[in-house]
Amino acid sequence: MEYIIAFLVGGAICAIGQLIIDTTKCSNAHLLVGLVCLGAVLSGLGIYEPFQEFAGAGALVPVMGFGSSITKGMLSELERLGWEGLFTGAFEITGLGLAAGIVFSSIWALLRKPQK
Amino acid sequence: MSNRLGSQTLTFSKVPRLLSSYTIVGPLEGKGPHALDFDEILPDDVLDQKTPEKTERLILEMAIEKTLQQSNTKIEDVHFLIAGDLLNQITSSTLAASTYAAPFLGIYGACSTFAQAMGLGATLLQGDFAEKVLIGTASHYQTAERQFRYPIELNIQHISSNHHTVTGAGVALLGFANQGPQVTHATFGTIVDMGLKDSQDMGSAMAPAAFSTIKQHLKDTSRGLEDYDMVLTGDLGKHGRKMLRLLLSKEGFSGLERLQDGGSQIYGDHQKTGAGGSGAACIAVMGLGYALNMLKSGKARRILVVATGALLSALTVLQGESIPCIAHAVALEA
Amino acid sequence: MKPQEYQKLVQDNSPPRPIFKNMLWAFFVGGVICTVGQVVLNIASKVENTKAEASAVTLAVMILIGTVLTAFGVYDELAEKGGAGAAVPITGFANTMTSAAMEFRREGVLLGMAAKMFVIAGPVIVFGILSGFIVTLIKVLILKLL
Repeated sequence: MEYIIAFLVGGAICAIGQLIIDTTKCSNAHLLVGLVCLGAVLSGLGIYEPFQEFAGAGALVPVMGFGSSITKGMLSELERLGWEGLFTGAFEITGLGLAAGIVFSSIWALLRKPQK
Repeated sequence: MSNRLGSQTLTFSKVPRLLSSYTIVGPLEGKGPHALDFDEILPDDVLDQKTPEKTERLILEMAIEKTLQQSNTKIEDVHFLIAGDLLNQITSSTLAASTYAAPFLGIYGACSTFAQAMGLGATLLQGDFAEKVLIGTASHYQTAERQFRYPIELNIQHISSNHHTVTGAGVALLGFANQGPQVTHATFGTIVDMGLKDSQDMGSAMAPAAFSTIKQHLKDTSRGLEDYDMVLTGDLGKHGRKMLRLLLSKEGFSGLERLQDGGSQIYGDHQKTGAGGSGAACIAVMGLGYALNMLKSGKARRILVVATGALLSALTVLQGESIPCIAHAVALEA
Repeated sequence: MKPQEYQKLVQDNSPPRPIFKNMLWAFFVGGVICTVGQVVLNIASKVENTKAEASAVTLAVMILIGTVLTAFGVYDELAEKGGAGAAVPITGFANTMTSAAMEFRREGVLLGMAAKMFVIAGPVIVFGILSGFIVTLIKVLILKLL
């Protein structure tokens, strides 16, 4: 069941994204930035966590999850450290993904060439 | 000023001719409907070079060598080398030209470079400033993509108005001889800017430039489209081609069936290249391949080659400038 | 013809995009990627102790998958069909980094690969942090005042 929910929710977010690209002047970059901001705001309003609880990877994997993780990290660090948390929190949860992206990307860039 | 016709057209009474030419295309173009028109089809688009920029330079050099070979000409006998490409500071052409001792004129006209070079070459010959002029252009899918668009492997969905830059090079040697296709006229275009800003649809932006140059050429020479067996536009693509037809038919031109477009025709529909080919090499290989073969085989007596260029840069697009466009025409006769 | 007239002519004559077909493909491709994510998440939940750790591991694995598919030239083909379905998941985010790193590697490891790795992913991170910062700040201020 949770696979079906992840498929439907994740697919729906992507389909709406595609609709925005095809009907407005937005490019991919605009769409991704918009979704990240939306995720961050929804997390601040406390909506994204229950949504992720329900949809699992369907809410985690789309890039909105990245924005929500930033806010979540800031809020938890804020509680732990005080105001410094506003600055250390951004990479609290997302740091792992970013570091993974940097490491893997560097390795592949050294090993492979773009191909056509 | 006896060599001028009307306001923009030059006539060449001394009959400059194409002594020899050579076209090279990449593997994708080699699978297209015009594969048989090209002299050489590359097995891959890297050729063991470290960067695609090096490959672009190499194929231009290969085309120059072969062109000279075909007419048994030494580079010392070439009085001018006129070349251009799409890259910043036309580096492929300048690097290639550094191999040769001929005086070098580097020009930039984006995808219109080829006709600009041919027109200038014929002008130098007409003016007795040269006996032999070598002209050439090259472009490469990967170099253009990274300069004007995105990394090759990026998750981009191409739309129907996107162009695919042609990998290839076309070089021709102009001079005087008793036979061979001759360059009779050249019409250098003015910049036409209709305020279009969508770099994803360059065909529609370039169509008014092609229209303006064709109209001026026909007016200056008192000809109609019917006087040409073929009017080959550069790389308007499927969208731009449609817009050009609309513009011409709105002004009451007849003979639209003579219009063909290099960009729309270089790839087959199954090749998923959006609106079609573009790039400095597109009209060079179609003009020196397809059009020249039509003249040589007698299928056409007189052809007008109209190369169109969208003179945008990656910076001006981001800064919200519109796309200035240009078209140059050269008339060829068997 | 005036520029405005021509612009209108272009607009009237541009063929419509296949919106429905594109959306269907985006739904399918995006859905499949998220389902794969769910499989990874379920496995990670068994290995890891907390939910946060499981999510983090899932994201790292998805990023690895995205970079591998990019390095072998599959991801751009996936995007050609799937459009936003390939761009919106975190695998697409990884693709922007790997594709830029591979593309600009030729200009050197330092000034090419490293400097340009975030040329497309950069805005996402910048605006993610800015919006997160503002939202968190507002939330804290409101809680303090109440």
